[in-house]
Amino acid sequence: MILNPQMECMPREEIKKLQSERLVWQVKRMYEKVECFRNRMDEKGLKPEDIHGVEDLSKLPFSYKSDLRDYYPYGLFAEPLSDIVRVHASSGTTGKRIVVGYTENDLKIWAECFARMLAAFDVTKEDIIQVSYGYGLFTGGLGAHGGGEYMGCTVIPMSSGNTQLQIQTMVDFGATVLCCTPSYALYLGEEVEKMGVKDQLKLKVGIFGAEPWTESMRKEIEAKLGLKACDIYGLSEILGPGVSGECEYQEGMHVWEDHFIPEIIDPDTGEVLPEGSTGELVFTTITKEGFPLIRYRTRDICSLNYEPCKCGRTHVRMRKPTGRSDDMLIIRGVNVFPSQVEEVLLKVSGDSITPNYQIVVDRVNNNDTFDVNVEMSEKLFADDVKSVERVEGMITEKLRSALGIGAKVHLVNPNTIKRSEGKAKRVIDNRKLV
Amino acid sequence: MIIKQLSVFVENKKGKLASITETLANNDVDISSLALADTTDFGVLRIIVDKPDVAYRALTEAGVVVKITDVVAVAMDDVPGGVSGALNVVSENNINIEYVYACVGKTQGKALMVIKPEELERAEAVLYQAGYGKISPADIYRI
Repeated sequence: MILNPQMECMPREEIKKLQSERLVWQVKRMYEKVECFRNRMDEKGLKPEDIHGVEDLSKLPFSYKSDLRDYYPYGLFAEPLSDIVRVHASSGTTGKRIVVGYTENDLKIWAECFARMLAAFDVTKEDIIQVSYGYGLFTGGLGAHGGGEYMGCTVIPMSSGNTQLQIQTMVDFGATVLCCTPSYALYLGEEVEKMGVKDQLKLKVGIFGAEPWTESMRKEIEAKLGLKACDIYGLSEILGPGVSGECEYQEGMHVWEDHFIPEIIDPDTGEVLPEGSTGELVFTTITKEGFPLIRYRTRDICSLNYEPCKCGRTHVRMRKPTGRSDDMLIIRGVNVFPSQVEEVLLKVSGDSITPNYQIVVDRVNNNDTFDVNVEMSEKLFADDVKSVERVEGMITEKLRSALGIGAKVHLVNPNTIKRSEGKAKRVIDNRKLV
Repeated sequence: MIIKQLSVFVENKKGKLASITETLANNDVDISSLALADTTDFGVLRIIVDKPDVAYRALTEAGVVVKITDVVAVAMDDVPGGVSGALNVVSENNINIEYVYACVGKTQGKALMVIKPEELERAEAVLYQAGYGKISPADIYRI
């Protein structure tokens, strides 16, 4: 089913027209209301009047994740807090979190975007959705929640964790739709097998996102939970889950172009690449009121497919991102920057230089492992085992509070972390996801 | 007698311990005692050597994390009850012991023990008063 055929199946020429109108509106209001954007425009000698439509998009300045840090917490909001009805936050590149805000209208649009995907998989008001994304500052939980309510489904706001209870709830409440990260879905599937309750499940659709996953994981999840597994994409800066999502044909994720304009650029030069090229994904939000962004660099590497889709929707499809143009890692659905780890180690070391460290990420039994090796130094070392264990414990603790996920910390001998051209290789990601 | 002990950080990996002792051997350092406290991830190796300063330099240059720690060396008669006699003196004086291990002495009929007490100087004093600890530095270090 197509939730909003007028928008979702709009002829491409009309989409362009609509985008142009909305872009002009957005640029104008942001120029008035957002200092950072105004400064960037002025630097380029651009005035809102110079932007007549989508054809002028590439003239506009980029925006970056660091802007969210520099204008923390509310500096990029385009509406006064009295009109902001909710904020969400996620991790930034350094210790500081980034904050995004939504007006009532923004939340409605978000809910509809998520619901479009539910509709594509024939989820109706008769369905029961178990939302097992984390609730809270993370956009996953409340994003899926809003989408479910928009469809009129019965929403179970389960949040993440407590696997036994999750499965019991699915069985007892008769959940037909599951929303969570793909790795958690797989874990749930394994537990369902162990508990031998698969035949008591009523699941038919799973909406999974927030972390990279593979086609083979998809098949495994589908087999274990007896549902159709669908891929969804989003990021807090732009919206949260629901910026794009698969349709019933599952050949890429439709980007809801009545709200977001995607571009693919060369991450080094910033040039827009020809249709079909692989490069960095950039988004412009053309309807967002509370926290709008122009040409936001997602750092996700992927490509766009403008060919018509069998489903009848005319909105462009993006391929699953295959990597990042920065060093961000997604571990168990959480964004991790090596710089955050570095900052923690610097604090703990009590030294002016960071101890040498290395992050090792792998996927074992479909769960991400996250190890941080830290080279021992005379400052950190003491004669007794207890003190050394205390140092290890302190690093673990501080990493957990800075990143929001647990790391296994290992203290290693000095000079044992391999260096290439004098610089240590900071991240080893052994996960094979493409 | 208060003596110098080397505490060395050892990662739990094949060959790490051997490479440390090899560095010492190459620098003509004689080990008279060695004890390893270990966890799953790492160990702390404690050694008494004849030339602590040479050993410290050699290990540091080899990229090993090492610290010099003061400990008390106690000499006692090499008979049953020798160890408990010395430890009783420490405990009767309400001094906690963090760790202890045996050491090779060079004097006939005497055994050596290394103690890491919480109160180093007081432990040494009470042992001395009780008749322990009359060790010649030559017994431990090569001077």
